[in-house]
Amino acid sequence: MTTEEMQQLVETTIKRTVENVCETMLGCAAEVGETRLMGHPLQESDGVVALIGMAGPWIGTGALTCKPDLACRLAELFLLTPYEKVNDEVLDAVSELGNMVIGNLKVVIEEHVGPMGLSTPTTIYGASFTTKIGGSNEWILIPVKVCDGEMLVQVCILPNPDEGRMHQRLDMVGHMITRS
Amino acid sequence: MGLDVLIVDDSAAIRKILHRVLIQTDIPLGTVLEAGDGVEAIERLKRSKVDLVLSDINMPNMDGIQLLTHIRENPNWKSIPVVMITTEGSQQKVLEAVDLGAAGYVRKPFTADQIKEKLAGLV
Repeated sequence: MTTEEMQQLVETTIKRTVENVCETMLGCAAEVGETRLMGHPLQESDGVVALIGMAGPWIGTGALTCKPDLACRLAELFLLTPYEKVNDEVLDAVSELGNMVIGNLKVVIEEHVGPMGLSTPTTIYGASFTTKIGGSNEWILIPVKVCDGEMLVQVCILPNPDEGRMHQRLDMVGHMITRS
Repeated sequence: MGLDVLIVDDSAAIRKILHRVLIQTDIPLGTVLEAGDGVEAIERLKRSKVDLVLSDINMPNMDGIQLLTHIRENPNWKSIPVVMITTEGSQQKVLEAVDLGAAGYVRKPFTADQIKEKLAGLV
């Protein structure tokens, strides 16, 4: 699978999954905007970011970002409890929404490239902070309008270089065993 | 006597939602216990009577597959139905859970009706 094919798969899957998660868990419609590709990782943020790692034959990170007021609104719809400010429950709700979106993406990717692992989500909340993930690879940015606000789903995924080296090593071991 | 249920998920949000869904069902409920991972779940099982376990798969410390293995290996717990509720919808994980004796499987995101339907077949 080429990087371009993977980007297309991510875009299609995220669109479908976000709509499904919003409708099923929040009871509201989501309007997915135009996908952009960006050459550098997460920019300056102001609000809540849920980060989830994926690893296997391909390796990457997914993130769900939104402003504090939208985070509270999403948590309210998710947990049927009103929230005026970001607290543990709001962070947990955003984290779980991110987990559902990226978790379902991982399942679809697995169908194409083989078994993948998923990290437990890390959630960050603050004002005017920058999150940088190692490397300078291309990120897929998908804006989503929901509950009169906008959240951003971001995914960076690339073939795992170690996976190839591991297969090479296994091939070598196999070759050595065959020769001996 | 109601059904004593143990909800296992590292997300407090999901535990809260599942607790609410359980209350909405027609199933007579006893105690609803919660645990944040498999290790906590084992502690709850040691101390309390549990008739049904709803468990996530992807959790820190001890995941849902390891928890299911522990439950099936313990003579006192092996007959407790365990329903997996998770984003881990891969065929590999489903087969692993079914092989270990999971009573059912619900994929996140889920509706209240999906949970109710799954439980109705068990209770």
